[in-house]
Amino acid sequence: MMRVSPTRSKVLSFAPHLALWACLIAQAPARAESPASEETGLKIALEARGRGEGFGNFTASQVMVLRNKQGRESRRQLRLKVLEVEGDGNKSLFVFDEPRDVKETALLIHGHRESADEQWLYLPALKRVKRISSANRSGSFMGSEFAYEDMGSQEVERFSYRYLRDEPCGDLTCTVSERVPVDERSGYRRQLVWRDQDELRVWKVEYYDRKDAHLKTLTFGSYEKHLDRYWYAGEMTMVNHLTGKSTVLSWTDFQFRTDFDERDFTQTGLRRVR
Amino acid sequence: MPLSFALRRVVSGSIWILAAVFAARADAEIVDRDFSGRFSAESRWFPATGAFPGQRSLASGFVAEPKLYLEDAAGRSFTLTPFFRYDHSDPRRTHFDLREAYLLLLGDIGDDQWELRLGVDRVFWGVTESQHLVDIVNQIDFVEHPGGESKLGQPMVHLTWSGNWGVAEVFGLPYHRARTFSGLQGRLRLPLVIDNERVTYESAAGEWHFDFASRYSHSFGLLDLGVSLFDGTSREPFLFPGSDAGGMPAFTQYYAQIRQFGLDAQMTVGSWLFKLEAIQRSGARNLLGLEEDYAATVFGGEYTFYSVFGSAADVTLLGEWNYDGRGRNATPNRSPNTLENDLFSGTRLAFNDVQSTEITVSFLTDLGRATRALALEFDRRITGQWSMHFEAVSLLSVDRADLHYAMRDDSFVELNLVYNF
Repeated sequence: MMRVSPTRSKVLSFAPHLALWACLIAQAPARAESPASEETGLKIALEARGRGEGFGNFTASQVMVLRNKQGRESRRQLRLKVLEVEGDGNKSLFVFDEPRDVKETALLIHGHRESADEQWLYLPALKRVKRISSANRSGSFMGSEFAYEDMGSQEVERFSYRYLRDEPCGDLTCTVSERVPVDERSGYRRQLVWRDQDELRVWKVEYYDRKDAHLKTLTFGSYEKHLDRYWYAGEMTMVNHLTGKSTVLSWTDFQFRTDFDERDFTQTGLRRVR
Repeated sequence: MPLSFALRRVVSGSIWILAAVFAARADAEIVDRDFSGRFSAESRWFPATGAFPGQRSLASGFVAEPKLYLEDAAGRSFTLTPFFRYDHSDPRRTHFDLREAYLLLLGDIGDDQWELRLGVDRVFWGVTESQHLVDIVNQIDFVEHPGGESKLGQPMVHLTWSGNWGVAEVFGLPYHRARTFSGLQGRLRLPLVIDNERVTYESAAGEWHFDFASRYSHSFGLLDLGVSLFDGTSREPFLFPGSDAGGMPAFTQYYAQIRQFGLDAQMTVGSWLFKLEAIQRSGARNLLGLEEDYAATVFGGEYTFYSVFGSAADVTLLGEWNYDGRGRNATPNRSPNTLENDLFSGTRLAFNDVQSTEITVSFLTDLGRATRALALEFDRRITGQWSMHFEAVSLLSVDRADLHYAMRDDSFVELNLVYNF
């Protein structure tokens, strides 16, 4: 007669991908070879992070379209709030609108640079707040092509970096860097990141699995400048080269420096979502 | 009769007061309006013939649970969630409840924040899966599911004060809701039907006794901790045999005045969740009907293997031990099982696919008696709005000494088709 209460995975499975915003704020790679290229790689990553700082907070809506090899689509919709925390990872609150069976389910993340993130999940059917593990790095959510680690905040400290080369990308010139995840639980051996030289916006990331096979490619588009200073992509497309599946994540309704603060990023704030 | 009348009065009274207050204060400036909910067609089948004559084998019906949310420009909101179940086999299972009807106000004081919820609401406390030991604010809606996770709406004044130091909550609970029980033709019942009309209380104030609850909770790094106090009318009835208004033999519900101290804690370390709940309760009646103070606990944890065998699926192993200091005289608190020395184990398989397919198998075994139960749950989304839930509960054996020996033939399978809007 026992009943295991509804679980996190139902939602969590597509939760963190929501945090993709952080992608913009930090990327670049490294390994041992030339100390100079490592230094350049890290410098680019730190410079990109620096340029992303100071936004304060924002809210946005996301629509995610998952497409399988046969072209069949399925849709996710959610809202998020992000609060910048000086000197540490950001705090984020995600609220799901679709699919409807997980409506009002919400996820609160306190990101950290040096230690594991803290995560709480709100299950509306029971009005239960559940602290959940943040150990899942390589798992996919909701059959989407994004892994938790692709979405979770991409803190500079979580990679080592190496600058590789400059090359044309569209009308721009990009620096190409390699970054290697520090976390052994990462599903990737390495990633290649393309950033334009002028604004340090990420245009492309290639993901290589543990066997160094090219697994996925993420491309960014529809960049828009907010608060005259911060570039955020409006569209992110992840293609899985092994399965032929893809996921398109679209961002809308950005609002910066709105009227909320730390007190909304607490467990009591989590219970108030709708 | 007086009960249902009183209830109706409370319910309708509170809705109208809240709606009026909200309408007046919001000056009709509703800035956010949302209507959502679920409609579910459900069927529960009991393969074995019931232990008592007249019990039906098929319980089919539907559930409607719409939800209305209104928010004004100042951030004040009103939430209304009525609930209705129709069951064709047991009139007692056909019921209406107001799950939520509350006004939410909030504000800041210095660096702290306050929140006030006025009206009917549901509150969840605790961390474990096999039972919700410390959870006490709301009454169980037992006819919904024997697992005890469905709860009746509770009228309350709920004040929350939170800051960097944690969260402090106080609850004023002006009205007691009696537990729901199956009728004569229903399954999952005791040898005698429980009289839902004549409910008796230790307090002279009856169901109007003003109960009090409070809780402090905080996260200390890896540790999430909660301590709670409840002082008032027990949510768990003591059942004594008598007769109903029509002279038929029946159990009468008796609700004692109790005091309960609760503790719930969870450590989240890597892929591990370590969990503990414990209570100390005084004033309650034991199985023999005698007052006996006691302590009870449930502790254990869960461990998740992520992306097993290179797939997207996660496997979670669960294990918890339930203990009640009254031993043989323990009563079932929030489920039909008496959890005086019971081991719970389970496995949850989450496929992490587009349909969020999930399978949970769990096993509960009494370490001192011959009671064992096995449960399987299967959940899957069909489209963006439709989802399904399948469940099979098998009572492998029930010891004669257990109160729910009467339910020994009530293993069931259930299929729900849910439309979420």
